[in-house]
Amino acid sequence: MTSVRRPALAVTAALAALALLLARPAAAQGHDSAHGHHMAHTPITIPAGAGYTAADVEFMQGMIAHHGQAIYMSRLAAGRQADARVQRLATKIDQSQVAEIRIMQEWLARRGQAVPDTSAWRDMHMPGMLTAAELDALAAAAGTAFDRAYLELMIRHHEGALLMVKDLFATAGAAQEVDANVFANDVVSVQTAEIGAMRALLAQLPPTGK
Amino acid sequence: MHLRSFRRVFALAAPLVLVPALLAAQSYPSQQDPRSGLKPGRLDAGVAAQNMRLVAAAPKPAEFDTARGLTFINSDLAFSDKYVYQGNFAGFTVWDVSEPKAPKVVSVVACITAQGDPSVYGNLLFISAEGRGNRNDCAKGGVQDPKDHMAGVRIYDVANPAAPRLIKNVQTCKGSHTHTIVPDPKDKGVIYVYVSGNQGARPDSELAGCKEGTDPADETNSLYRLDVIRVPLANPEQAEVVTGARIFTGLEPAPHAAGRPERRASPTGPRNCHDVTAYPAMNLLAGACASHGLLVDISNPLQPKRLDAVADTNFSLWHTAVFSNDGKRVVFTDEWGGGTGPMCQATSMLEMGGNTVLTIEKGKYTQHAYFKIPAAQTAEENCVSHNGGLIPVPGRDIMVQGWYQGGVSVMEFTDPDHPRELAYFDRGPIDAPAAPGDTTRRFGTIGGSWGAYWWNGLIYSSELDRGFDILELVPSDLLSANELEAAKLVRFAQYNPQSQPKIEWPAAFPVVRAYLDQLVRGNGLAARRTTAIAQALDAAEQQSGAKRRAALQKLAAAVKKDAKGAADSQRVEAMAAAITALAKAAK
Repeated sequence: MTSVRRPALAVTAALAALALLLARPAAAQGHDSAHGHHMAHTPITIPAGAGYTAADVEFMQGMIAHHGQAIYMSRLAAGRQADARVQRLATKIDQSQVAEIRIMQEWLARRGQAVPDTSAWRDMHMPGMLTAAELDALAAAAGTAFDRAYLELMIRHHEGALLMVKDLFATAGAAQEVDANVFANDVVSVQTAEIGAMRALLAQLPPTGK
Repeated sequence: MHLRSFRRVFALAAPLVLVPALLAAQSYPSQQDPRSGLKPGRLDAGVAAQNMRLVAAAPKPAEFDTARGLTFINSDLAFSDKYVYQGNFAGFTVWDVSEPKAPKVVSVVACITAQGDPSVYGNLLFISAEGRGNRNDCAKGGVQDPKDHMAGVRIYDVANPAAPRLIKNVQTCKGSHTHTIVPDPKDKGVIYVYVSGNQGARPDSELAGCKEGTDPADETNSLYRLDVIRVPLANPEQAEVVTGARIFTGLEPAPHAAGRPERRASPTGPRNCHDVTAYPAMNLLAGACASHGLLVDISNPLQPKRLDAVADTNFSLWHTAVFSNDGKRVVFTDEWGGGTGPMCQATSMLEMGGNTVLTIEKGKYTQHAYFKIPAAQTAEENCVSHNGGLIPVPGRDIMVQGWYQGGVSVMEFTDPDHPRELAYFDRGPIDAPAAPGDTTRRFGTIGGSWGAYWWNGLIYSSELDRGFDILELVPSDLLSANELEAAKLVRFAQYNPQSQPKIEWPAAFPVVRAYLDQLVRGNGLAARRTTAIAQALDAAEQQSGAKRRAALQKLAAAVKKDAKGAADSQRVEAMAAAITALAKAAK
């Protein structure tokens, strides 16, 4: 059984903290920052007769944050002399997850649930996500060092997304609603294949150093 | 028209190949294409069409027209005589298309069944059920007791299409995202249903014998196998899963980085296919399986054997396949974005979310060019290459397919290095674009063509949200009236796109003239000869009986001689064979 920290509290914190975020430099916000903001906690309300559960809502909210960080990581590739294959993969992850965030946001909005925006990752920690120190190190790297760090961290990040789906599917009654189910299955198919591609790419890159 | 295509400049040896950037000079997707910038609207959207016209557009029946999202979207099509079976995530619709201008609803079956992909065989209809919310009793309300959960294949008796009757729910460990019918080559009373399920395995407590494992080599693991249902046609209620073919073994990519200590990594190779396309006449199966495209020998349908597998990091999710009629080519599609993402925008990566053409030689694949529709679509339009099938034009490899809100597109892949578009039909987005600054849109309607197929002379397209479209190809310089007439001579009694039938053309003048038009278009034979052959054909058609036979025999002999030295001798020979067949048929 995987242990996944529930994002509900963090989401509301993230939403409430949005105004603060605007004024704070990104690098100052570590993965634990959400826990420094115990703000007004709006519990998730599921209308009677709804086909979805609180776990589905938490999954969508948490995955928006998770994807948001993957996009941030991927956009670092430009300007860091990344290998062309790494750059291509980073662009693919960026474009794929931008589209998926929109699907998740629309899913939440249609159901009247709180909709985190793309910067929610700065205040939420989901499995596989990078700490502020890891992000700083990635942002400071270039060339092969960046390539290797990006791939290794993104593999971990993707594995975290797979854990989130596993946790969702392990929750009784969850992921029955068809949009949530299809979306979660797609996350597994795509990110599993990408992990394979990233491992293969990692094996082809020169070792870090010269 | 110059469409994007390029040769691969490297060998495809390793199971996983990383592709260098080759597309820098491309200018697609184009915002100048007539399909870009169409007026949005659900039922009054702007339309752009080339070499194709809309015959009819029928809305979804009221039972399925109650929500946005995926709950009530239409899915795939199956064809039987004058009926078209249209799947829906909440049941299916039976259409009578005997009058194509006015398709009629024969029956609507309400039954929650994501994603509802249909196949028809004799009087049996098969429907794919996947996910956690389908119940044995079809009802709404979700699964409260795991014993009520239905994931697998529903079998209906459709002897009376006005009143389909559920015969059996065949449960499978991974459900059924799609499925494929493979008739037993020896026993006409038996068919097999290959089941592709995208979800993980159900627990043993819910369905005995199921196991979600991580070891691909574990024979008790429900993942990493293609489930096979055996259906005795006289007793379909006895249908059951009889085996799981382990066609994925050995496809794991390198588990650890070179020069690094080995660590136990979770498997990332395909554990399932999204879709498999059988070509029973060739004993072949093309498997579109997550990270890989597979080629499988199905001479013994109970023991499928993998012949080859290719991977390509330009493909996000190997999704579905279509064989050429000679079985020497396969088109694979990539469902980047899962079908719900807008992956055909002007800024979208060109190398993702389209088709690729592979050739088959001695049981091995060689990958050739890519194809993606050249029109830039909006952020409101979910778009990626999706399902389709062959258009039976003799002498050419042509397919029609749906691209969700990218519309319906006809692609030729006769030259595997230069696939090109021949015709299209597209509507504007269902939703209007969001107002500036509106980040919490509530619509995000998923729509467009799930699949578009040629069926006995017309193109039928399943529109996820808008309903059901019937289209007709219009002659053009890319596809002549004779070629279309020859295609219309091919008739099937039933058709399931994932189980490809072999196309055979009757002895007929339009078939010969189709080849002749191709020779003229491609300068495959000297103009002096093509003109003479056209005149000889016209003259022979005016005659009958023995005179016609003699005239055609003489012409066939002359055309055989023409083949030597012709620029396209193979096509000239094919035309000679068609003339000979026509001579034999002369009465």
